[in-house]
Amino acid sequence: MSDLVDALLIGVKSGLGFQAIFFALLAIGINVHFGYTGLLNFGQIAFAMLGGFGIAISVSQWGLPFWVGVLVGIAAAVVLALLLGLPTLRLRADYLAIVTIATAEGLRLLFRSVSATPVTNGTRGLSAFNQSFIALAPWDTQTRYRILGTSWSGGELWVALVGWVIVALACLLVWALMRSPWGRVLKAIREDEDAVRALGKNVYNYKMQALVLGAVFGALGGMVYAVGTGSAIPDQYQNANTFLAYAALILGGAARVLGPVVGSIILLFILQFADTFLRALISNGVIPDALLSSTDVAQIRFVLVGIGLMLLLVFRPQGIFGDRREVMLDAR
Amino acid sequence: MPADPTTGATAASSAGHQAPPARLAQKALADLPWEVGVAKPDPAMVVDKVTRTFGGLTAVSVDHLEIQRGGITGLIGPNGAGKTTLFNLLTGFDQPNTGTWTFDGTSLGRMSPHQVARLGVVRTFQLTKALSRLTVLQNMLLGAQGQSGESFLKALVPGTWRAQEKANTEKAMDLLRRFKLDAKKDDFAGILSGGQRKLLEMARALMSDPKVVMLDEPMAGVNPALTQSLLGHVKDLREEGMTVVFVEHDMDVVRDISDWVVVMAAGKVIAEGPPESISQNKAVVDAYLGAHHDAPLTNEEEDRVLAEAEAAIAREEGVAPGGTTDPSSSGTISSEKDKP
Repeated sequence: MSDLVDALLIGVKSGLGFQAIFFALLAIGINVHFGYTGLLNFGQIAFAMLGGFGIAISVSQWGLPFWVGVLVGIAAAVVLALLLGLPTLRLRADYLAIVTIATAEGLRLLFRSVSATPVTNGTRGLSAFNQSFIALAPWDTQTRYRILGTSWSGGELWVALVGWVIVALACLLVWALMRSPWGRVLKAIREDEDAVRALGKNVYNYKMQALVLGAVFGALGGMVYAVGTGSAIPDQYQNANTFLAYAALILGGAARVLGPVVGSIILLFILQFADTFLRALISNGVIPDALLSSTDVAQIRFVLVGIGLMLLLVFRPQGIFGDRREVMLDAR
Repeated sequence: MPADPTTGATAASSAGHQAPPARLAQKALADLPWEVGVAKPDPAMVVDKVTRTFGGLTAVSVDHLEIQRGGITGLIGPNGAGKTTLFNLLTGFDQPNTGTWTFDGTSLGRMSPHQVARLGVVRTFQLTKALSRLTVLQNMLLGAQGQSGESFLKALVPGTWRAQEKANTEKAMDLLRRFKLDAKKDDFAGILSGGQRKLLEMARALMSDPKVVMLDEPMAGVNPALTQSLLGHVKDLREEGMTVVFVEHDMDVVRDISDWVVVMAAGKVIAEGPPESISQNKAVVDAYLGAHHDAPLTNEEEDRVLAEAEAAIAREEGVAPGGTTDPSSSGTISSEKDKP
């Protein structure tokens, strides 16, 4: 029983920690792209990597202040979004998907390559760039704090607090935009571009704006992750994260302001809870070693998430917050 | 959709609140000769030497065409005649290979669809494009032009667009009432019936206060009762001074509402004139029914046609041996031989 409670608490901590914030921000960006505008961005992690490395390179390599690094990261993501959007947004949706997925892989390989070592430090990555940010914490970052049975270091707590404030602001921004006529145009583009063109809207411009906005959210997510782990390593930014963020978005409900946030919390909770609880059961002998060894747990938890998603799509295809009528509509 | 007897009502009401429909365009066009490319007294759109080819196929090749302002111009023709392609060219959705075309003297060449729409030329689509997961009212509001809330930064300050949005909503509700869709305003457009979507698309186009409305098969797949009400709405557009161009297959509809009919076949304009002239036009009848539709072939004629065909085949074959021997192809074969 205490195993279960422990696993629950560790799951809750994970669902509120910086990794959940990372996925929430990725998913908020994807929500703007895919949920509202219908842009298939399969390389959201590339923007996150530019965000994380924007800080890491600026601070560790160039010796710039932390906040300049933040600006560098955002600027890099905006530039990448423009570069990806210029050739592809005039074409059908699938071209953006192809280009973004290739870019995400390509950039990661470039950042870990030997030739990039002088800047990114290759596969070992960069570290020691977040002290000036951690030092801003209004409490002692060395001691550990117990909150509702979970144990946090002061630094973790500070990153999580700032991270959730960023998530809240991002949600507020998305909410304000999507109830405005601007958001209405985006949703209309998702439904049918040509109809929107025929009504005198510059579809290309709107798609570009949406792509850049979502990319900035992605970059912020990457920054939270880099600051949370205290390091920026290219292989942390595997493109699988993009698809986990998609899973979080669909779990929470696409085209809903809070969908990606709640989806990320639940996704991270399930992953961590399944991991801890299964390990506890194996070490107790409740699950015999022959059936499942603790080395399998890391994979099994993703299988559980996969099954959960399948059940969700069967019984609640609109996600937690979605509108069932909307999903059941035969789009076009 | 209940069968609504609005035709009489709308026609009557439009006649009621205005002077009896003047049909100025019809009068202005009455004395024109019935020939292709004839100059109109007051053209809104002028098309000159526009061609569009897809590979080897010439989809549209229009020498000269003028569309009278304030009138209803019907565009008819058999399937594949290039009517929709011409629509796409006129509204910027497709770019022609050659030619110029203007609206109110402004050249529309190389303009993108949204720029054309902002000039006041709006279109609807053959396959209705209702924005399914937007409500009917949101569909309508999207049609309004010059909304400040549609710019990213102003969208964040509701104060800058609230008033405009309110005015647009009122206008949208007026239009929805006119099109009998007001009860559906909060429903997703995706649940409307096919005919209601056609109505919604037309109403949405009207939100932009267009000068020219281009309707691509507005009556296709719509039940007869709704067709009557749609017809009434199209006539109303004319009463409000808009220029209407529409593609339609139903000749009764065309005869009923058009002031002028343009007939296309195989990419070309083959006839134009008032609706009553069209059914007697030999080129039109030939295009629809084939050149020899009304006379069974006599034996002599059959023999003559056969002989002509045989002569043509013989000529072809006479040319063929020399014609098909392509020097490059023999070269390819020899080079392939050399390879291994």
